[in-house]
Amino acid sequence: MLGDNFKNNIAGRLLKTFENLKPKVAKGTPFHFLHSFYDGQFTFLFQPGTVTRTRVHLRDGIDSKRTMFIVVIAMIPALLFGMFNAGHQHFLPLAAAAANVLDAINANALALDVILEKIQGLAAVHPSLTGVADVPGWSSMADADKLATYIPVLTDLANVGFWTKFIYGLWHVLPIVVVSYATGLGIEFAVAQMKGHAIAEGFLVSGMLIPLIMPVTIPLWMVAVATAFAVIIGKEIFGGTGMNILNIALLARVFVFFAYPTYISGDKVWIQDLVDGASGATALAQGYEGGINAFSWSWWQMFIGTIPGSIGETSVVMILIGAFVLIWTGIGSWKIMLSILLGSTSIGLLLNWVSTMPGIENPFLAVPFYYHWVMGGLAFGAVFMATDPVTAAQTEKGKWIYGFLIGVFAIIIRVLNPAYPEGIMLAILFFNVFAPLIDYYVVQANIKKRLAYGTK
Amino acid sequence: MEIFNLFIRSIFIDNMIFAYFLGMCSYLAVSKNVKTAVGLGLAVTFVLTITTPLNWLIKNALLAPNVIMEGLDLSFLTFIMFIAVIASATQLVEMVVEKVSPALYGALGIFLPLIAVNCSILGGALFMDQRNYSLTESVAFGFGSGLGWFLAIVAIAAIREKIQYSDVPKPLKGLGITFIITGLMGIAFMSFSGIKL
Repeated sequence: MLGDNFKNNIAGRLLKTFENLKPKVAKGTPFHFLHSFYDGQFTFLFQPGTVTRTRVHLRDGIDSKRTMFIVVIAMIPALLFGMFNAGHQHFLPLAAAAANVLDAINANALALDVILEKIQGLAAVHPSLTGVADVPGWSSMADADKLATYIPVLTDLANVGFWTKFIYGLWHVLPIVVVSYATGLGIEFAVAQMKGHAIAEGFLVSGMLIPLIMPVTIPLWMVAVATAFAVIIGKEIFGGTGMNILNIALLARVFVFFAYPTYISGDKVWIQDLVDGASGATALAQGYEGGINAFSWSWWQMFIGTIPGSIGETSVVMILIGAFVLIWTGIGSWKIMLSILLGSTSIGLLLNWVSTMPGIENPFLAVPFYYHWVMGGLAFGAVFMATDPVTAAQTEKGKWIYGFLIGVFAIIIRVLNPAYPEGIMLAILFFNVFAPLIDYYVVQANIKKRLAYGTK
Repeated sequence: MEIFNLFIRSIFIDNMIFAYFLGMCSYLAVSKNVKTAVGLGLAVTFVLTITTPLNWLIKNALLAPNVIMEGLDLSFLTFIMFIAVIASATQLVEMVVEKVSPALYGALGIFLPLIAVNCSILGGALFMDQRNYSLTESVAFGFGSGLGWFLAIVAIAAIREKIQYSDVPKPLKGLGITFIITGLMGIAFMSFSGIKL
């Protein structure tokens, strides 16, 4: 608990600063155009002072800012795991290679210059090994001495610990988060000033979702361009937060996917600085190549999430924690999550059955349905993307239809479409387009039913 | 299986609107609400489904070289015959709609007779001709293309009903935003390109 003293000092001073600034953005002053920026910052930190003046309205304790924040909180476990996993995937082949070199040294299996060459190769990928060569007189040292200075660094590398991995991941993931927020919020603020309305908090969630569905190697300028495209074309021209037709974060990803396909698909993009010769293939690529026998990981490993993939999508455990938060607070629709699970399971079973028929060659068809739950982005999409209350179906019956069809189409695209390794992104976008239609027919059916009931 | 593949392809992948931008005029003009969009969508589907195989028959039984008599090549009449068939099919639809649902007839207004010059319908016939479809293929292609057009217009009509009260910037109100939504829908429809059944 923070003492009253702390509150008086910090919060009080902050409040005073805000109160002093208020007249500077009042109507008629030269800085009036910044008033929505002021309001945005103020309401971010403090409860607004305005109260209801007329008759009582029914009010929920939760406003849109709190809603957004709970979603962001729900995504934190996936983000933290994504940071760890970015480091983990980077160090895994590196540690194996370092251990290999150490074994060769211990067994005297290779000539000294061959070993040094191998170390140079590793040093090109990982900076800690190049640092060793900075000591004065390095080039005149004997090979054996060089090796002796390398050995401790190699040993460290072979036994790299949790925090090293996490910090490495943090160092590569955080810039993506910062760029996404800076671009999106920058546009949001600018539009708010232009239109003269209050700053909408809609981007808080999208800004966190965008980094989580990008590969860790994505260039930062690409994140900025994609975010700008999604926010301007996908949201602002439709009238801002709550008016968009397609999910903003998915639009950013699909923009990168179609505009710069080599940066977001394939085997080389999921792991930062891959050692030469190591495979960076995702479970989806392996499943498409060789079915269940081609997986390098067990079901449980995929469930826990220590596999290559987009930053936030790999760990089903962390996503389930997020799902729990969303369902418990009533923000995410459990109907959509459950119906996506049902849809993907039923089509998975159907495809499993199809694979037993003669003449079927696609090995991915035979992958058991429960693998589809833990591979790729299905879980992440189901929990954080499809439940977006703006773009999903709004009617309760419509949510079941919407979710079920997303599950079905995601697996169909994943398994049967060789052009795209993952289907959940495109399936959600596809049904974002059809969600208003689903709602329309659910509402019409209800009107018909009620009319029949009333006129009986 | 091949026929089914072609059918699915023509609904989702080679969609008349999102892949070829055919039939845009009535797509843009009649998509203000779902009810009339469904009516026009059904009419277009019907016309496409009957005219494509009908045109196939005319093309292969009358106009192709050497079918009526040796040395006679009437294929220069292809366009005009296609258009004549489409116009008469449209006339038929118009009479049926007027009889069955006068309300829909009123709502569709000028766009019902304009199906005769809807580019997606002549486009369907010409694609059928150009790609050398067989009779069954042309049925599957015509019906699939019609359904694809139907899906497109109904989906955008529902979206336009939804964004009716959105604060769209003034210059983009109406057709501008509709074009942008169509582009975004096209991205969503790209999910099927490359699919093999």
